[in-house]
Amino acid sequence: MSAQRFYHIPPPGVDASKLTGTLIVLEGPDSSGRSTHIGLLRQWLEEQGHAVAQVGLKRSTLVATELEKAKQGNILSPRTLSLFYATDFYDQLENQIVPALRAGFVVLADRYIYTLMARDIVRGAEPEWVESVYSMALVPDAVFYLMVSSKTLVDRTFQNHSELDYWESGMDCGLGRDWFGSFLRYQRKIRQEFVRMQKRYGFEVVNANRLIPALDADLKGRIQQVLAKTEKG
Amino acid sequence: MRQNEENLPGKLIAVEGLDGSGKSTQIHLVHQWLKSKGYRVFFTEWNSSSLVREATKKGKKRQLLTPTTFSLIHATDFADRYERQMLPLLRAGYIVLCDRYIFTSFSRDATRGCDRGWLRKMYGFARIPDITLFFRLPLDVALGRILEGRPQLKYFEAGMDLGLSPDITESFRIFQGRVLEQYLSMVDEFGFTVMDATLPVHAQQTKVRRLIQERIDLALFHKRLSS
Repeated sequence: MSAQRFYHIPPPGVDASKLTGTLIVLEGPDSSGRSTHIGLLRQWLEEQGHAVAQVGLKRSTLVATELEKAKQGNILSPRTLSLFYATDFYDQLENQIVPALRAGFVVLADRYIYTLMARDIVRGAEPEWVESVYSMALVPDAVFYLMVSSKTLVDRTFQNHSELDYWESGMDCGLGRDWFGSFLRYQRKIRQEFVRMQKRYGFEVVNANRLIPALDADLKGRIQQVLAKTEKG
Repeated sequence: MRQNEENLPGKLIAVEGLDGSGKSTQIHLVHQWLKSKGYRVFFTEWNSSSLVREATKKGKKRQLLTPTTFSLIHATDFADRYERQMLPLLRAGYIVLCDRYIFTSFSRDATRGCDRGWLRKMYGFARIPDITLFFRLPLDVALGRILEGRPQLKYFEAGMDLGLSPDITESFRIFQGRVLEQYLSMVDEFGFTVMDATLPVHAQQTKVRRLIQERIDLALFHKRLSS
């Protein structure tokens, strides 16, 4: 990686030296096409001879199962859920992301701390608190935020799942009893939070309303540049 | 951010100290005393939220935890109990008794290498207790109390994850010594009331009860409804 560093300090015991891989993050709401594009990118990267590792939220060995269970019950307070997700995140950071980067992999992250922070802040967490919790995260080489209009998002969500998701509709946030209305309001709030964070963290915002091949070509072009830069070192 | 800016009708009492310092016995006796007098009181202990317990147990058993995730998973447990029990009870005008509080994390996790500033910010949502009793015991006495019963020391409890010594008993000694140093460095920072834990149990309890009566107007905590 070019300028490998952590937002504040590395987690204790994590050797931050010699992380030669590249960390690429795709952010965006559900149905924005993240997993489709990560699949395409992975194939393309491997064809070019890059070893690829994939990470995402709620995939840690440590707490993924319990986290899923807790979400089903909807009985955790927002702060408890935040910290549970943070545990999941750091477990993967320390046990998957860092080792893969040390081994020179390209790590494709299906969402990262920004989604976690946006969700928490929309639910009333203090931004400084959330930022502090995630201050030991690794700074990615590139973050692409797949921005989708609410209309496209609604269409795609119904196409893929035939119903709206409880959490993605922010039904726990008291934005209204009507799922559709709540979905729109919640997604708008999340988008606003991303726009606020974009300035601070320097994401690249990509238009994800486009068809798959167009967005795919766009992402590959951008990632090619990132790789060229990090490989030059 | 610190919750103490808000005035709450309840009172928060926490006990802290090394394993073997007798703090759990003392807070248990306080609980019995306040209950028998008919006060509104609630007791909660470290690492006991049912939801988080499964994950913690698994993480400890399979030794999956790093200093950071060890700290976070305990913070998750604490937040769950804090937001669902402690804070609502404080708002409702209860005396809340805590066997271990955020200072347990501050001392243990800092010993494991977590950044002190990071820990303090993470727990920034938690009130500083009205009374924090720190049961102070010389290290060798505390160790003696734990070790004389041929204990089954657990991996994380003994700080084995820090690689201090391959011998679990020796690791426990070194780890507890460092935790004690961390505790002592917080006495002034958080206004601990230091209790001499070498005194007989009854003598300590007498002091503790006197201190609570001096600092808390217990008459305000009589049960509102006869049960």
